[in-house]
Amino acid sequence: MSGDLPDAPDDSLWASLRRLTAARIGLQRSGASLATAPLLAFRLAHAQARDAVHAELDMAKLTNELGDLGVAVLNVDSAATDKQTYLMRPDLGRQLSSSESTLAPHAGDYDAVFVVSDGLSALATQSHAAPLITQILPAIKGWRIAPVVIVRHGRVAIGDAIARALGAACAVVLIGERPGLSAPDSMGAYMTWQPGEHTSDADRNCISNIRPAGVGYADAAFKLAHLLNAMRKRGVSGVALKDDSDRLQIGGP
Amino acid sequence: MYAATVGARRYVFADLKTLMAKATPARSGDALAGLVAETGEERVAAQFALADLPLSTFLNEVVVPYESDEVTRLIIDSHDVRAFSAVSHLTVGGLRDYLLADERTAEGLAALAPGLTPEMAAAISKISRLQDLMVMAAKCSVVTKFRNTIGLPGRLAVRLQPNHPTDDARGIAASILDGLLLGAGDAVIGINPATDSPERTHALLSMLDEIRSKFEIPTQSCVLAHVTTTLDLIRQGSPVDLTFQSIAGTQAANKSFGIDLALLKEAHHATLSLKRGSVGDNVMYFETGQGSALSANAHHGVDQQTLEARAYAVARQFRPLLVNTVVGFIGPEYLYDGKQITRAGLEDHFCGKLLGLPMGVDVCYTNHAEADQDDADALLALLTAAGVNFVMGVPGADDVMLGYQSTSFHDALAMRDLLHKKPAPEFEAWLQRQGLVDTSNRIRPQTMPSHFRALLPGAA
Repeated sequence: MSGDLPDAPDDSLWASLRRLTAARIGLQRSGASLATAPLLAFRLAHAQARDAVHAELDMAKLTNELGDLGVAVLNVDSAATDKQTYLMRPDLGRQLSSSESTLAPHAGDYDAVFVVSDGLSALATQSHAAPLITQILPAIKGWRIAPVVIVRHGRVAIGDAIARALGAACAVVLIGERPGLSAPDSMGAYMTWQPGEHTSDADRNCISNIRPAGVGYADAAFKLAHLLNAMRKRGVSGVALKDDSDRLQIGGP
Repeated sequence: MYAATVGARRYVFADLKTLMAKATPARSGDALAGLVAETGEERVAAQFALADLPLSTFLNEVVVPYESDEVTRLIIDSHDVRAFSAVSHLTVGGLRDYLLADERTAEGLAALAPGLTPEMAAAISKISRLQDLMVMAAKCSVVTKFRNTIGLPGRLAVRLQPNHPTDDARGIAASILDGLLLGAGDAVIGINPATDSPERTHALLSMLDEIRSKFEIPTQSCVLAHVTTTLDLIRQGSPVDLTFQSIAGTQAANKSFGIDLALLKEAHHATLSLKRGSVGDNVMYFETGQGSALSANAHHGVDQQTLEARAYAVARQFRPLLVNTVVGFIGPEYLYDGKQITRAGLEDHFCGKLLGLPMGVDVCYTNHAEADQDDADALLALLTAAGVNFVMGVPGADDVMLGYQSTSFHDALAMRDLLHKKPAPEFEAWLQRQGLVDTSNRIRPQTMPSHFRALLPGAA
């Protein structure tokens, strides 16, 4: 069996390669199959991710953190009353419960509203929403920003209803993405210009994998600000608007 | 109106799409859409009625209106009456028996394919067991070519999927190296980019092309960006082997993906004009998955498996190299658990193959679905036995960018060994030249070939 395992020089090579990616590369084999150690490591990661899916968002804590930034914060619920319903009924996760009364007094004429939802990883939103908003606000000075809305059990499209209720031209939804084994805390940012009844996913722009080990807060804020400005200038979002912010950062072809 | 009588009870189904939905084996997405049979008996009653349905019904009654849906128009307008004539007298149940009969050959089924509509294929699958789906699919042979030959009997190709959360070139190269050493990459080396930016996509395409050229790998590369991004990059001279796009079975669902048939046609022609294939000119790579139309609120009251089959009508119009149903990616609201994912994977593979497509399956699940590696192992083995053209190869089965579990390089290797499958022939010869194959003709890298270290700028 030892003949099938990478030999010592390769061990150190794979160790150095694993610093370049979280991917499970250079795993030890027994024949064609995984050796016991990587097999059990995978099983542990899956068990932890399963546990993370069922964790709940601490809305009070997040409200306090956002409040410390000096922005107004509103708490609402989607029509999905619990986690299991949220998982099985995406339609309910796109609808507000009886929250119009919470939002109505704050309706106005805003350029954008930030909507923060637990989605499939409360851990992601809990960890990354406040730091990202901290970085994005100075980058869009002059924008009229609505109160931040924290949603329990919300899907991306619930931002459309919230933007309409508050009178915001653009919905920016920060939401926990489905947890992966190596990244249980990825957050996505979905931007939609003037969302309406007929808005579809093709009308949204997305920055995914926002977390310190993925797309960091500064990078995400840069892209977000770039896309928001482009959206406002051109009056569109989605596939009609390419994310060409990399040209500014790394130089294009 | 359609009906079946079970004992003293008569079950009535208002129209074809209702009959199809009620006859569908249980899955959460159809329940979400409010389309499922109310009892087990109603489901089987619908299957009896469906089995007795003459195939010609599908040419006279459509499930999505012809006038408002270009996918329906494509299905009806491109139907090959001459090919259909061999089975035009049969019912759905009769066609199942016909397909299972010993007389059916790969050549005969390939000739029949243009005569069958997606709805006919879906109907057969609804009354079939998993075993039937495997046996019928295994009779089909769909061979496609670009820089190698995929889908030959006794072969199992692997898409090398080296995704990285920030598209880091060195991280991606490290995963490619791992996959190549373990015999993956003959279907395609295909990256899902973390963002859809043209600059990033161009940089990744250039990197993949450089690796392929430097190591003279007889395979193709792809960056799975939106078709409009790839089309722009083709015009700007980026090295595009295959154009990728996610597709669905209704015009409205495709619109939610930002595409229509005209755009796909334009992309197909643009990609063909590059003439980069060495052994063939299948240049499109499509991905599908049950539930995408419902997810886009574009399902027209049709069950998700029938709509998935309709996506294959879109695919076959463009002679793709690869069609991949990403079966467990969408989540438990569409396919709840391992049992539902397993059935859907075999249905999709069968329907695609019967309609003449080079089907691969991303055997996968998300962390919010009721599934684990045991479910993935079972479906992968069933598909390999059924002759699936290709599967995914992800390092350690854990996609660190998309956040889901697919199949690993090791999984594919174990299946090749267990069920005696070889890589695409051109790629197999390349693996032998690299010294990655042992004396028993198994892929068993003993140590890193020294020239592979050139793949690792600044790392080794």
